[in-house]
Amino acid sequence: MRYLDEFRDPALAKRLIDEIHRRATRSWTVMEVCGGQTHSLIRNGIDTLLEGAVDFIHGPGCPVCVTPLEMIDRALAIAARPEVAFCSFGDMLRVPGSSRDLFSVKAAGGDVRVVYSPLDSVRIAEQNPDRQVVFFGVGFETTAPANAMSVLAAKHRGLTNFSMLVSHVLVPPAMTAILTSPSNRVQAFLAAGHVCTVMGTWQYGPLVREHRVPIVVTGFEPLDLLEGVRQAVIALESGEPSLVNAYPRAVAPQGNAVAQAVLGDVFEVCDRQWRGIGMIPQSGWRLSARYGDFDAEQRFAVGDLTVAESALCHSGQVLQGLIKPHECPAFGTACTPRNPLGATMVSSEGACAAYFQFRRLDLPVLPKVVTSGA
Amino acid sequence: MCLGIPGKIVDVWEDRGTRMAHVDFGGAVTDVCLAYLPEIEVGDYTIVHAGFALTRLDERSARETLRIFEELGMLEEELGVRRP
Repeated sequence: MRYLDEFRDPALAKRLIDEIHRRATRSWTVMEVCGGQTHSLIRNGIDTLLEGAVDFIHGPGCPVCVTPLEMIDRALAIAARPEVAFCSFGDMLRVPGSSRDLFSVKAAGGDVRVVYSPLDSVRIAEQNPDRQVVFFGVGFETTAPANAMSVLAAKHRGLTNFSMLVSHVLVPPAMTAILTSPSNRVQAFLAAGHVCTVMGTWQYGPLVREHRVPIVVTGFEPLDLLEGVRQAVIALESGEPSLVNAYPRAVAPQGNAVAQAVLGDVFEVCDRQWRGIGMIPQSGWRLSARYGDFDAEQRFAVGDLTVAESALCHSGQVLQGLIKPHECPAFGTACTPRNPLGATMVSSEGACAAYFQFRRLDLPVLPKVVTSGA
Repeated sequence: MCLGIPGKIVDVWEDRGTRMAHVDFGGAVTDVCLAYLPEIEVGDYTIVHAGFALTRLDERSARETLRIFEELGMLEEELGVRRP
């Protein structure tokens, strides 16, 4: 068992697809919350294979996409300071701020470094006592344990030149915001399996009961996604909304208790702006007062930031499931992964990037260039 | 940053009191912190995010899930029922 090829088996995928079509008496609208799942669905063509049974709305679970613009601008201002070594996950570097991105700060001589794990940035702080090392702590409940442990490690090692710019977001409040929106069309959710490896499944019970919406905890391989959809369709057809764990090999109902204890110590819940969506109450984590010394926002006064989003970019509507990526007029023309207007075109989790990479045939047809004399 | 794929723990060591491991992702081996999975062992598979192992994959559950997939539609096939 390698837990990979087994869950990509085409023959079993066919069985699941047939079973979903057999059970669905109409087309159901299902939201996969996580951007990693969006990419897997589009890359494997699952959305087209299930046409007529399921219409997928792509959810806001892309940390790069929802990190608020003012936080990106703050990161850019801190990264440009001469005493700072600014460390980040690689996919944040091309996220557009109001006027530039971290790559352009680096190109202008800023000390911007890509790390695989926030622990690497703690090591950089140890090895460079004359530099102020700042880690850009973004992401959902999946990256939060790594970021929290790195703050703990910096504290244990007595580092005074390490801090974190924290902009964490939480999945369940975002699902509540979607369900309570007047324009909500979601009939069932595929919940992000890896968030649940940390937080467990218990957070979703109240959502199922209160909003009468099926929620299926789902993995990332093609068969996992198909099983998530199958369970969602079973619940929708029965009219009995339920909470189903379709990813039991990775997710325990209680989640990871050690991680939850550390998260509860290092972070505290706060209101958070989501890029393209707006403020969602109690939807983020910031450093708790006990770890205020490590808060980059407090350490570096950045001053007044003038924040301006691209007028051409419709990523807010994409993130809320109101339009699909290719329905944006800038998609594939003014906005591409090499030159993104919005964060949804940037990362390996953004819906626009998924459509661009795996749906090239759907790209708008550009006018032919006529050469004189031809 | 959020894409966790399964990897196999190939060896375990201590770094200043913290359990660390080499995890093999189909040939690519990386350093991973085991602080959140104190009981995981060499040979186990895990999901890693940002350098931290978050869960131990359960082989019995995986086999059970695959068995359910295998059995889907078997009845119709045996009875020779055609799907619409």
